[in-house]
Amino acid sequence: MIYSLVVMSSPASGQSTATAARFAQAALAAGHKIHRAFFLDDGTYTGSANGVHPQDETERLQPWLELAETQGVELVLCISSALRRGLLDEAEANRYDKAGATAHPAFIVSGLGQLVDAAIASDRLITFGG
Amino acid sequence: MSDQPKQLLVVVRRTPYGSSLARTALDAALAMAAFEQPVQLLFLGEGVLQLVPDQHSQSVGARNMSGLLASLPMYDIETVYADEASALRYGLDLAGAPVPTEALSAAQVHQMMIESDHILGC
Repeated sequence: MIYSLVVMSSPASGQSTATAARFAQAALAAGHKIHRAFFLDDGTYTGSANGVHPQDETERLQPWLELAETQGVELVLCISSALRRGLLDEAEANRYDKAGATAHPAFIVSGLGQLVDAAIASDRLITFGG
Repeated sequence: MSDQPKQLLVVVRRTPYGSSLARTALDAALAMAAFEQPVQLLFLGEGVLQLVPDQHSQSVGARNMSGLLASLPMYDIETVYADEASALRYGLDLAGAPVPTEALSAAQVHQMMIESDHILGC
């Protein structure tokens, strides 16, 4: 099966982002495909390059970086949600004259068209958080 | 990768001014419609409060959500759906909603969900 994930909550506000990453790992291990992980609304905070978490808490960003680097999972932040929350890539930071990029480069900042594409291309759209 | 259009159901459970997800859900539905994918909007629970008429949100500095709802037919979303039990609970007269709204029984909501390819619940 081809899955796409839609993540709607922040990693700091509960378990849903961690569950989403574990779901992705489990689906891939079972031989399924992950077409895209799309981060919407507060879910865009997952793409922050600057989150600092206590040592004794589970890693919030690392599982996504691994999914992107070792499994080629595409990570997309919804641009309108991301901008409002101060999550900017290099291009947006320059465009809006902000101090610097705040989104981790493993995440692509793009539009809702990517969510629509994910819905068309996937057998299942699974939502997390929200 | 399949090119078949997918039937999407966006389930809105948020009050219009209580959560950013209220607007996000509508934007997602509009994006689907813009790409000519069949999309339906269902307001459930507190979400039916988006259908309250005469929302004067400008007085609290908020963008008026009902304006966005009223424009849905321009994007080929002619009717939206509301859970009738939720509407009853909030004493809502759906005839006054900003957009043509059809009330659904629990059985009809269930059927709508079964018939959808994807459900985006916000």
